[in-house]
Amino acid sequence: MLEIKNIYKTFNPGTINQKVALNNLNLTLNDGDFVTVIGGNGAGKSTMLNAISGVWKPDSGRITIDGVDVTGMPEHKRARFLGRVFQDPMLGTAADMSIQENMALALRRGNRRGLGWGITEKEKAQFKEALKTLDLGLESRVTSKVGLLSGGQRQAVTLLMATLKKPKLLLLDEHTAALDPKTAAKVLELSEKIVEENHLTALMVTHNMKDAIRYGNRLIMMHEGHVIFDVSGEEKKNLTVEGLVEMFSTASGEEFANDRALLSK
Amino acid sequence: MSIITSIINALPGAVAQGLIWGIMAIGLYITYKLLNISDLTVDGSMCTGAAVCVMLTIAGMPLPLAMVCAVIAGMLTGFVTGIFHTFMGIPAILAGILTQLSLYSVNLKIMGKANQALSVRNYDLLVSLQYIRNVPLWKNAIFVVAAFVVVLIAILYWFFGTEYGCSLRATGSNLNMSRAQGINTSFNTVIGLMLSNGIVALSGALLAQYQGFADVQMGRGAIVIGLAAIIIGNAVFGKIFKNFAFKLLAVAFGGVIYYIVYQIVICLGIDPDLLKLLSAMVVAVFLAIPYWKKTYFSVPKKGGNQNA
Ligand SMILES: Nc1ncnc2c1ncn2[C@@H]1O[C@H](COP(=O)(O)OP(=O)(O)OP(=O)(O)O)[C@@H](O)[C@H]1O
Ligand SMILES: [Mg+2]
Repeated sequence: MLEIKNIYKTFNPGTINQKVALNNLNLTLNDGDFVTVIGGNGAGKSTMLNAISGVWKPDSGRITIDGVDVTGMPEHKRARFLGRVFQDPMLGTAADMSIQENMALALRRGNRRGLGWGITEKEKAQFKEALKTLDLGLESRVTSKVGLLSGGQRQAVTLLMATLKKPKLLLLDEHTAALDPKTAAKVLELSEKIVEENHLTALMVTHNMKDAIRYGNRLIMMHEGHVIFDVSGEEKKNLTVEGLVEMFSTASGEEFANDRALLSK
Repeated sequence: MSIITSIINALPGAVAQGLIWGIMAIGLYITYKLLNISDLTVDGSMCTGAAVCVMLTIAGMPLPLAMVCAVIAGMLTGFVTGIFHTFMGIPAILAGILTQLSLYSVNLKIMGKANQALSVRNYDLLVSLQYIRNVPLWKNAIFVVAAFVVVLIAILYWFFGTEYGCSLRATGSNLNMSRAQGINTSFNTVIGLMLSNGIVALSGALLAQYQGFADVQMGRGAIVIGLAAIIIGNAVFGKIFKNFAFKLLAVAFGGVIYYIVYQIVICLGIDPDLLKLLSAMVVAVFLAIPYWKKTYFSVPKKGGNQNA
């Protein structure tokens, strides 16, 4: 499904800000894998998702999605394979456009955009139905500008948008980090529901160890730009937060001194 | 008393001219409001439109065709700025300045000299300041330009409602989101700049006919006048015009109000040399208002978690 092979990425090479963000990253996802990704701040989790989405080209290595080599493919062309929800709630939606216009844009991901109407009556009804599943009351605000929504509402809409048109791979980057606990839980459950109902392959970054253990069928831990730990199936189900923290210390040779990770037990 | 009479006499001309500048401002609106780019190309492309229209008409081309060529020339100027910006990575403002500067030479070369007359006595023009009074309605300059405004707004309203038009608006609103939704943002930025400058060139072609000449200086400060029209239109009609078509109409009306005020100021005997200074100051203050509101008058939101 997804194959990441020997990816390297260094930011600001040759300057004092030089930062090796991805260091021989390797990862293979099978069809239907729902993988949670954990790791300390700066471990390279977002960078990995950016490499998959093509925000920039890696220094070396190869990425294939569903058998297609996308390593040199521009971001907007790869979009047809991907559904993305960003860490920052502001990034995933166009603030100056209405909820339904945003959704109509997302529904056409990967299609040629021509001179037909940007949104049809039938779609408007479809979007209302989809919004109802969020249970946030947004179905009555379809013509409101997205900029008027709260971060949590925006993130929920972005999640819907990422999956309106079924992606080959869903990339969730700490998509609940900016939300209050209640909304976060709701959005997480919704994510799981959407992934299961549509049999999506997904990568979900989280700082919450419990969530990382509870959701998905596989868990990977990143450290210094590569995967240091990869469990799935029964073994993953039996993981505990304490076990994970210990695993981190052994695998990385460091204390898991992560602020948020421990706080969010 | 004579001041009032002269103001009233100048009014129809101001309306016609204001509408022409309103078309220019509608073009600017596409880059400034929809694409979120301040495009300084317009200061040059307005004259390009005028120059192409005048020279081709003098050379014997039928006027409608000459105007189409003027629009195409304007789109080419937008294309150049777009390439500077997207392909060469030059910041948008600088890209516009570079094109604008080159257009000064280009416009001089098109016209062969700094000023080219296009007299309504020798050519059958669409609009002219001669066609303000004592002409049938369909020949009246205000009517003709207003028809252009209406048709233009109708086309833009349709266009920005299409799938492609929506993707252009998304590009201006959020580049990250647009690319994540499979939109080629660089391509769209170039297309937006072309569309905008095509419209600006159209207004240049109309203005040249109206005043009876094209002049290499005629677009100077166009961006400021265009911004003024956008700002005035929004200030006066913003509360009642919510629909996109009406917002564009408000921009055109903004141009008219600007020119009426301009005429009044002239009739009051204020040195016309100072008008650009005044316009720039007024626009600067209006542009500052949102910032001032935010910095000095904003009340902190209760609850503290504005992001959640
Ligand atoms: N565009 C960029 N330019 C320069 N450095 C970058 C860029 N993107 C990421 N980095 C650096 O690469 C490293 C990995 O960053 P990344 O955002 O992937 O971390 P992360 O694992 O997502 O962390 P967090 O949990 O804080 O989100 C960091 O040191 C970061 O500063
Ligand atoms: Mg991150």
